[in-house]
Parts: sequence; C-alpha cells; structure tokens
Amino acid sequence: MSDQAVINVKAPPVELERVPLVSNQRGLGWVTDRIAGVIEGETPAWWKISFAISGTMMTVCFVMILYLMSTGVGIWGLQHPVMWGYAIINFVWWIGIGHAGTLISAILFLLRQKWRTSINRAAEAMTIFAVMCAGIFPLIHIGRIWFGWWLFPIPNSYSIWPQFRSPLMWDVFAVSTYFTVSVLFWYMGLIPDLAVMRDRAKTKIRKFSYGFFALGWTGSNRHWSNYEKAYLILAGLSTPLVLSVHSIVSLDFSVSQLPGWHTTIFPPYFVAGAVYSGFGMVLTLLIPLRRMLHLEDIITVRHVELMCKVTLGVGSIVGYAYAMEFFIAWYSGNPYERFLFLRNRAADPFIIGPLFHVPPAPYWWGFWTMVICNVVVPQFFWFKKWRTRMLRVFVLSILVNVGMWFERFVIVITSLHREFIPSNWGYYAPTWVDILQFLGTFGLFFTFFLLFIRYVPLIAIAEVKGVTPQADPHHPLGGAKLGGHH
Amino acid sequence: MPAPYAIMAEFETPADILQAAERVRENGYRHWDVFTPFPIHGMDSAMGIKNSIVGWFSFIGGCTGYTTGMLMIFFMNDVSYPIVIGGKPMFSPFGAFPPSYELTILFGAFGALLGMLFLNRLPRLHHPLLKNGRFAKVSYDRFFVVIESSDPKYSEKETRRLLETIGSKHIELVEE
Repeated sequence: MSDQAVINVKAPPVELERVPLVSNQRGLGWVTDRIAGVIEGETPAWWKISFAISGTMMTVCFVMILYLMSTGVGIWGLQHPVMWGYAIINFVWWIGIGHAGTLISAILFLLRQKWRTSINRAAEAMTIFAVMCAGIFPLIHIGRIWFGWWLFPIPNSYSIWPQFRSPLMWDVFAVSTYFTVSVLFWYMGLIPDLAVMRDRAKTKIRKFSYGFFALGWTGSNRHWSNYEKAYLILAGLSTPLVLSVHSIVSLDFSVSQLPGWHTTIFPPYFVAGAVYSGFGMVLTLLIPLRRMLHLEDIITVRHVELMCKVTLGVGSIVGYAYAMEFFIAWYSGNPYERFLFLRNRAADPFIIGPLFHVPPAPYWWGFWTMVICNVVVPQFFWFKKWRTRMLRVFVLSILVNVGMWFERFVIVITSLHREFIPSNWGYYAPTWVDILQFLGTFGLFFTFFLLFIRYVPLIAIAEVKGVTPQADPHHPLGGAKLGGHH
Repeated sequence: MPAPYAIMAEFETPADILQAAERVRENGYRHWDVFTPFPIHGMDSAMGIKNSIVGWFSFIGGCTGYTTGMLMIFFMNDVSYPIVIGGKPMFSPFGAFPPSYELTILFGAFGALLGMLFLNRLPRLHHPLLKNGRFAKVSYDRFFVVIESSDPKYSEKETRRLLETIGSKHIELVEE
C-alpha cells in the first residue's frame, strides 16, 4: 500500500453538491407511473371546470371573429392615425410568449442544460398554442378574411404574386415556419412517450390512438442513434429560427420611418422581451400544474428557481434596451424622437412631467405599467426568498406578462397616436369587441392547453429518465459495480 | 411451432445492458439490437454503431429550401409579376433573404424528421416485439437484448447460453 500511488478523490463539499433534477431518488418506473398517471386517472373536477370556462371563452373568440367578418374592422377601435391597434399588439404578445418554449427546448438543449427535460414538453406545447393565438390576429385584421390566402404564394388566375420587399411577407414565412417547425420538434420529442402510453394502455381505443402516433417506436438503440442526431439537428435549426422570428416581427416596425419604431436595437430587444414574457407564461402555467398534478418531485423548486434566474437575466436585458432607446433618442438630437420618448411616453403628471415642464403624456400610465412590470419586477428574482416561494413567483410571473403586453401597447399606440404633424394627432381606445377578442384568445389557448395536459404526457418521460442517476451506466444506482468495467 | 423471430434477454440496469451489448458484439452477432426506455450514453460505441447520417438529409433539405426561396421570389417579383415599388430593384437578395432563410430551416427540419423516420424504417405499426407482453416493459424500466434468428451465428442453444452467462435473468423466444 505504501509504495502505491493513492488517488484520493474527494466528493465535493455538501454546499457545492447539485440538487438532483428528480427529487427523492425516484426510480425509472416511478417517473413513468407518475407522468403517465396524470393522463390515466379520472378526469379531475378542476379540469372540467377550467375546461368549461376556457371553452366558453374560446366560443367568445369565434363569435367575435364572426362579428368582424360579417361587419368589418370598423367594430374595432381603429381610428386615424392609429390604424394598428389591438390586433398587432396581441399578435406580437402571443408570439413572444411562444419564444420561451423554443428557448427551453432548443437553446437550453444545445447548452446541455439538463434541467430543461422536466419542462420542455409543456413549454413547447405552450409555444404551439401561443403561435396559434398569434396567427389569428394578422389573419383577421385584414378585414376581408376570405382574401387571407393572398398572403401565401399560391398560383392564381390573375397571376398576381405576393410582394417580397415588404417585411409583412417575411413575417408570413417566419411565423408559419415557426409554427411548423415547433410542431415537428414537439411531435418528434413525443414519439417515445407515445410509445410509453401505447404500452401501458388498458383500452383498445387508447392502444390504437397512442400506437398510431407512436409510429411503431420500439426503443431500439439503432433507432435512438438516428433519433438523437435528428433531435440535435432540430435543436440546432430551431435556435436560429427562434432568434429570427421575433427579429422579423420587429422589422415590421423598425423598417418604417416612424419615431419610436425606426430603431436598430429592435431585433435583439424584441427577442429578449419575447423570451422574458415566455418564461413568465411558463411559470404561470407550471407553478399551479406541478402542485395540482403532484409533480413536485419532477418539476422541483430548483427548476422554478432556474427559470426565475433566466427571467431575471432577459428581463434585465429588456430594461437595458429601454434605457438605450431613451439614450439614443436624446443623443440623436432628433426632435421628433425626443418628443416621442418624453411627451408621448415618459411624462407622467407627478414627477417626470413637472420636472421637464411638459404636460403628461396621454398614455403615461401604460408606459409606467410597462416599466414597473418589466424593469422593477424581475429584480426581485435576485433574492432566493423570492425565487423559491411559489406564490410570489406566480404573482410576479403574471406581472411579467402584463408588463410585456403593455410594452407592445406602448410601442404601437404611443408611436402612432402623435407623430410628426399636430393636425394628424389622435387618441386610441379599444372597443368592447377588441377586448373580448383578446380575452377570447385566452380561451383558445387554455382549451388547447387543458386538452394537452389531459391526453398527452406533459413531461418528456424518456428524457427525464435519462437525467436520473439510475440511467447512468457509470453510476452505482445505474448498476455500475465499484471500479467499473471501463 | 414456426421458427421464432428472435431470442430476447431482459436486463435490469443500464450498466448490465451496456456490458451485455459489448459481449454480444464481441461474439460476432450481426442481426441484433438493444432496446432501452431512453438512449444510454456510450451504447452506440458498445454496439459499434457508426455516427448517424441523418444530418445529410437535413443538409440537403436546407439547401433545397434556400434555393427554393430565392428562385421563387426571383420568379414572382422579377419575372412573372414585376411591379415597381418605391424605386427598389425588382429582385434583391437582401429582401429575399429572410423568407429564404426561413425556408432553409423549414426544409431542413423536415429533412431531419423524415430522414430519421426513413433511416429507422418508421412508421411501422406491426412488429413481432410489439406483440410480446414482456417486451412492453421496454418503455417502463427494463432493458432488452434481442438477437434475431436470421443472424448467421444464431443457434437457439448457443445464443441462449451466451445471454445466460452475460447475466440475463429472463430469456424468451419471440414469435414471428
């Protein structure tokens, strides 16, 4: 012993040990039973009640579309000079929410963040449904919905084609690609889990329907090899995609000449804001779900904490972008830019207005709601006490989305309502149809989301198994003998 | 009784199945596979599987997408229906880039998914293993080595003995 070199590997000190991704050392079977059990048991009462409410709201959404189709866009609050109102605000808001799902599923995958496995499935579903809600608005805002196909390059008897110099056409391609690729990515991740559901199915209908969509997956390692490579490629493709989508959405604004829109900071600023709002929505959805579906061992406090940290990070980028917009407006010396940022946005009746001797901006309340929710709120996540208390995180996550809705409101409305010529000024207010249309899309979103958590495994079973120590062939829990055979 | 499709051996831990895969490979079997609830790190090299070629499907898809986008926009805005807007050129690669970029990703993603399915010969809704009751545990917490009877080295006795010495606690024949 004395002449032998002793390799003394010390375990890391307790305070540096990582919190496990699945609590209480749950085994592979437990993970399967727990997640699959969510969609196998009796339909819980809260699900039925929520479904009834969201179904009603979804009906409202369709009734409002019907009203719009039968009457015209005059039923909305659009008035000169604000010809882009709720429709574009809601479109940008919903599509921004989707971005967190892709960030979690693609970017965190490329960055080898294993904690994503517990939340990526639900976040991707959120992406798909949010993009569906978003897609409604550009389609209906054209007024004559039956001409919606003009947006797509479909050969027609007039031989007229879409005009690709317009960023609105870029948007059509960005959003439809985003939706399609998100569905492909989501479905591909689902294949092994649908096989799990097929193998557990008790009834013939379930066995057939899960089996049909599982495509005959057997868990063969030769299949896994191709599957993992394809998954990596899809993650690699979704990453530039998600960055491009909100960049292109921001180009709808920034290629115009309007003060408040004509800014080079828009693409990164929009992407950061999108991820920020998306994480807000993921937290809003998952905090109640983990409790009601008893998934606390899989979506642990550590997961929530990590999401809060991402929210803090991107939220601070958003705050920086706001500051930079103001700085550039001042630094450019452009009087229209200065006018817009001070007199259309920041000048409140109490502090900023009196300080600069200007009358209050007509939408000062919108601007300051945005600042409080997007700049102040995320700063609470510096503190562990705020990241680990579920109720606090839940409330803050809702404020995040309120703030991000107001951000789009501020960008769209305050820039349009008072621009170059005072004779061209106006005031925008939504009508009840605008508001019900917006609330209706929540119905659409939650109806689909509730169906998702009832019929599809809402956590990636195979992936969660893969990050447990029981799945590691070099870990004692994975069956490795001391010393190992490698 | 007709000839069986394969012989199937069950294992309980990832370490066991990894070791089993190495042993089966060392013994020169060729028509065999390992079935696991999740991909096991190191299994590809244990089985001697080469790097997947699914990337080529995606690459070809992506190239097709970019070319499609550029040619489509050139044809539509410069050939078939040219119309002057703001004195801008009829076709500019810069304006055409964003849609082409999106189509690159779209076709690349289809290439990855369809390429994966093609390489795995999926969808396949009937498979001898899927009829086996015990095999259903593969999506739960069990690991299987399956050696097909079409393998040149397959012999019911020898193969079964090999799987026993590797340490499988449950071995059975799978019907065609």
